[in-house]
Amino acid sequence: MNPPIAADSRAAREQRLLEIRREAEEQGKASLRIESKQIESKQTESGQKVTAGASGQTGYYGMPVLKRPQWIVEVPLYFFVGGLSGAASLIAAVGRMSSADAQLIRHARWMAAIGGIISPALLIADLGVPSRFLNMLRVFKIQSPMSVGSWTLVAFSNSAAATAVLGEFEKRRPNSAVSVLTDASQIVSALTGLVLSTYTGVLIGATAIPARNEHVSTLPIHFAAALETAMGASIELKSSPGTKALRSSVSGWAMRAAGLLSGPLPLALRLLSLRKSNTRERGLRRAAAISSVAGSLLTRWAWVHAGKVSADDNSVPLRLRSSIE
Amino acid sequence: MSVTAFLKDSTLCIGCKACEVACKEWNQLPSDGFDWKGFSYDNTGQLGHSTWRHVKFVEGGVIPGQGGNSPENFSWGFSSDVCKHCENAGCLEACPTGAIVRTEFGGVYIQPDVCNGCAYCVVTCPFGVVERNRADGRAFKCTFCYDRQKEGLQPACATACPTESIKFGEIGELRQSANQRLAKLQDDGFTDVHLYDPQESSVGGIHAFFIVRGDPKTYNLPPQPEVPTTYLRKGWISAGIAAGLMLAGTLFAFGKGSLR
Repeated sequence: MNPPIAADSRAAREQRLLEIRREAEEQGKASLRIESKQIESKQTESGQKVTAGASGQTGYYGMPVLKRPQWIVEVPLYFFVGGLSGAASLIAAVGRMSSADAQLIRHARWMAAIGGIISPALLIADLGVPSRFLNMLRVFKIQSPMSVGSWTLVAFSNSAAATAVLGEFEKRRPNSAVSVLTDASQIVSALTGLVLSTYTGVLIGATAIPARNEHVSTLPIHFAAALETAMGASIELKSSPGTKALRSSVSGWAMRAAGLLSGPLPLALRLLSLRKSNTRERGLRRAAAISSVAGSLLTRWAWVHAGKVSADDNSVPLRLRSSIE
Repeated sequence: MSVTAFLKDSTLCIGCKACEVACKEWNQLPSDGFDWKGFSYDNTGQLGHSTWRHVKFVEGGVIPGQGGNSPENFSWGFSSDVCKHCENAGCLEACPTGAIVRTEFGGVYIQPDVCNGCAYCVVTCPFGVVERNRADGRAFKCTFCYDRQKEGLQPACATACPTESIKFGEIGELRQSANQRLAKLQDDGFTDVHLYDPQESSVGGIHAFFIVRGDPKTYNLPPQPEVPTTYLRKGWISAGIAAGLMLAGTLFAFGKGSLR
């Protein structure tokens, strides 16, 4: 048990407290402004620069304002597979309209159908509670790209699978009711496929992460395969603060590599194939195609990774001048 | 039911972390793990799935009467952070399952029995509050003590606060008393006090205001938080253009018969 405090020492303490308060009040009116302590920077183990000290110039000890994206590798993979199968469905639909080679249409349809099965599997794998995937279909929210995307994916997967299966029946009975059904589901899957190939840019763009929302008006186009390289280059030329995350470290290199793989490299290979003999031509064109596909996949992964780097940097949300290099 | 809010008056905060403890106790939150952050007395770091109240410790220059046992060395500022319960909440708008709802008290609440852990709310919160619990799978954040409020009680943190630094009440009255307190402090010579309540931004006001000394950025309070739905228009226009280009490209390819 603590000894009881003597009455006189207690009075002395109270007296001292009063003095401190008076002193504070007198001096405080002259200058009460908090001067920040000297700011030092140190490097953490992960190589991230953390500013020691809290002030209006550094934020709170360099701690991030935002949370890192918690998506795993399945998500960029889903963006890629979903985008590809969406495009495949479009090719099948347009091919059908222009009565292209039946084998090409059949391949495109099956690509779309298989992609439409793999995509939800990838998406579900990233969910914290996979068994609750169907909760995505409780509501439809136009203001949530995740909700729009989930409904689009469900519509696409079903119509793409239906198109592929119906297409097989149609071969046996051309110009029957099956043809009408095939065409109907083909149209649905092509339209939803278009959304599927492009909405992922909105999905990651319309977030609080600066590296992404600063590029929201170019991201969906960037994701749409054809314009990837041009957009990637134009983003690198822009120098807004959020762009730093795109240039720095791993995501920057991935972005550059992806740009090279999806643009100049296939172009060079294709040009080369024009000059070589017929035997080499096929190989070169195949290499060009593989390079494009790899570049497209890498681009999606790099954008997801850049979000993590950007979320760690408190300088953009706090409007600070200094930031990570 | 009246719409409620928190007012955090940092000038009254003593950094005791009673709010953090009360929050953990009441909501039965798991441990954050033993991480030594290396700055001041803050080993919590930031809000997260298992931390719904977080006391920030800001060490400043010498101010007489401030600084605990060694006022000759430095001064201390404390502020307890919490979910802001935005008027236009990024997490609520983005939630694809409808798990995140607005309660009758104006708070933003994640229904744990609906959330499927898609983690989209994590990247759409402009204050970095929501986080997915990897072990559990779902996203968690401050519930504004929805259960307590339903029973007519104050949130656990406000109840536990020994200095009434965390005030809780009807939002209009609280905003009024925040402004009165601000005027009083400025009158007393605290010329550097600020009320953090970003009503001008797209977030459209919050249900947790903060009175802090110095620049609110010191406490990682962003000057212009934006709800990510403001980027949607641009994004969908771009998606439309992208889709149009894809369609045009495909039509062009077949028109030429080049894919045969």
